[in-house]
Amino acid sequence: MITTEQVYRTAVELHLQAATKIPNDVKQAMHAMANEEQETLPRYVLEQMKLNYDIAQREKRPMCSDTGLPRFYVKIGNEAQLEGGFVAFERELRRATEYSTHSIPLRPNRVDPLTRKDYNNNVGSHAPTVDYTFEPNVDWIDITTVHKGGLFGSDYRMLFPSDGIQGIKKFYLDVIGEFFRRGMSCQPVTIGIGLGGTKDVCVRLAKEAACLRIVGDSHPDTALADLEFELKELGNSSGFGIMGFKGTQSVMDVHLETAYAHTGGMPIAIHHFCLAQRRCTARLFPDGSIKFRDDPQWFTSYYRRTSVE
Amino acid sequence: MKEHYLSIPLRNEDLFELEVGDVVFLSGIIYTGREGVYNQLFDKNIELPYSIASMSNVTFHCSPAIREDNGTYNISSVTATASFRFTKYMDRFLPQFNVKAVVGKSGLTAESYRRYFVPNGTIYLSTIGYGAGAIYGKSIKQVKDVVWKEELGLAQAMWVLDVEQFGPLIVESDVRGSSLFEQQNQKINQSFLPLFEEMDIPILKRIGEELNAKNEMV
Repeated sequence: MITTEQVYRTAVELHLQAATKIPNDVKQAMHAMANEEQETLPRYVLEQMKLNYDIAQREKRPMCSDTGLPRFYVKIGNEAQLEGGFVAFERELRRATEYSTHSIPLRPNRVDPLTRKDYNNNVGSHAPTVDYTFEPNVDWIDITTVHKGGLFGSDYRMLFPSDGIQGIKKFYLDVIGEFFRRGMSCQPVTIGIGLGGTKDVCVRLAKEAACLRIVGDSHPDTALADLEFELKELGNSSGFGIMGFKGTQSVMDVHLETAYAHTGGMPIAIHHFCLAQRRCTARLFPDGSIKFRDDPQWFTSYYRRTSVE
Repeated sequence: MKEHYLSIPLRNEDLFELEVGDVVFLSGIIYTGREGVYNQLFDKNIELPYSIASMSNVTFHCSPAIREDNGTYNISSVTATASFRFTKYMDRFLPQFNVKAVVGKSGLTAESYRRYFVPNGTIYLSTIGYGAGAIYGKSIKQVKDVVWKEELGLAQAMWVLDVEQFGPLIVESDVRGSSLFEQQNQKINQSFLPLFEEMDIPILKRIGEELNAKNEMV
């Protein structure tokens, strides 16, 4: 059985690692981009960002003081058993978030949206958000935390089938134009695109595509993988570099996820995940062991299934 | 890139030497401000408990990640927040507080620099990245004070910080009101705008693509 103590301890460590340690895939991408960039200004900044990753990890300082809106993505094995059930599980995640806000520290970003009252603990109504998916035939639980800011770099649009691939490309460029100027998206970013589904599902998929796949992976559907690659090249030929300076290195990767849509529509959403990609995953086993890793492995073939089992 | 190491309070003659794209490091006292602070000062007309202008002429649009241990504060990381959101307060804030440099993220428009910054001899310094929290956090020697912590919370309070070689910061707007971001935008448009040339307007338009509210979006 997976215990509440195990859940709490894992969540505290996840928050610390996410805030202070850049995932290896992002770090490698940043090194490659700093080498590629030819323009003086953006190259100088890219080099500084590499240095920032190193200081943050060595001195356990948050990479960015906007530590975002800490949240959890949970994948539950169908055979997993939880001490106290899911009510106890969620209680541990909330307790760990409050504790980590003080101990790391994280910035207490979560406020009441109207009164603006801040309880200084990142806990509140729908905070931290917890999303769930399932995995057949296994008895572990995966917990991923993501700390992402949320002011800039996302948009939604209802496109129609005859807008076609060109409509997708235009919307993709529109969002770049909206948020790469002045570096508002904090590029280089991983761009997540959700295509299809209902409005809420497409927005959710875009967020998950941006935050829960590693830089460098491509969609197993080769047609989608080709489109991901084409869009990445398109973004990096736009002229934008880091901070909205003229350059060639602004898109680390593009991740596209689809959901079956209404026959008359093609809704699309885009999220930009900034250069300080705060994410970390742990697998909790029933024997009490915990394994931390960079790759969330969120998009399993089961999660992407299309058939009737 | 040209580097400048300056002490706070900044002197006018220091600022005349700076050009957009130069790199600056600051040492001395700076104070933070964002929605909460400006709301207190200019919407609610509440005065600060003391004259911050006599201590510093540099402000920072940000809020830090901060730890409180028995009444002492440690800032591990600090990064800027986007400055153009506070434009409407700058006409009063810059002269009243004799601000000579605003540090932040993403700057303001060139028009705002001409209207509010140039007449006051104020420059705009952009943090780098964005998201260089550890680099900037390291340059904070001491938290001198926090104002309106109870009223505004940790993320909106005004923090008074003693910094040493706080940087690198990039000059986004100099005393003449030039804007690095606007210069870069013009360069980028040469490669960005042609990408749209063969593209149709989507079947259903949105407000913005159709500016006249009496027209339909189809």
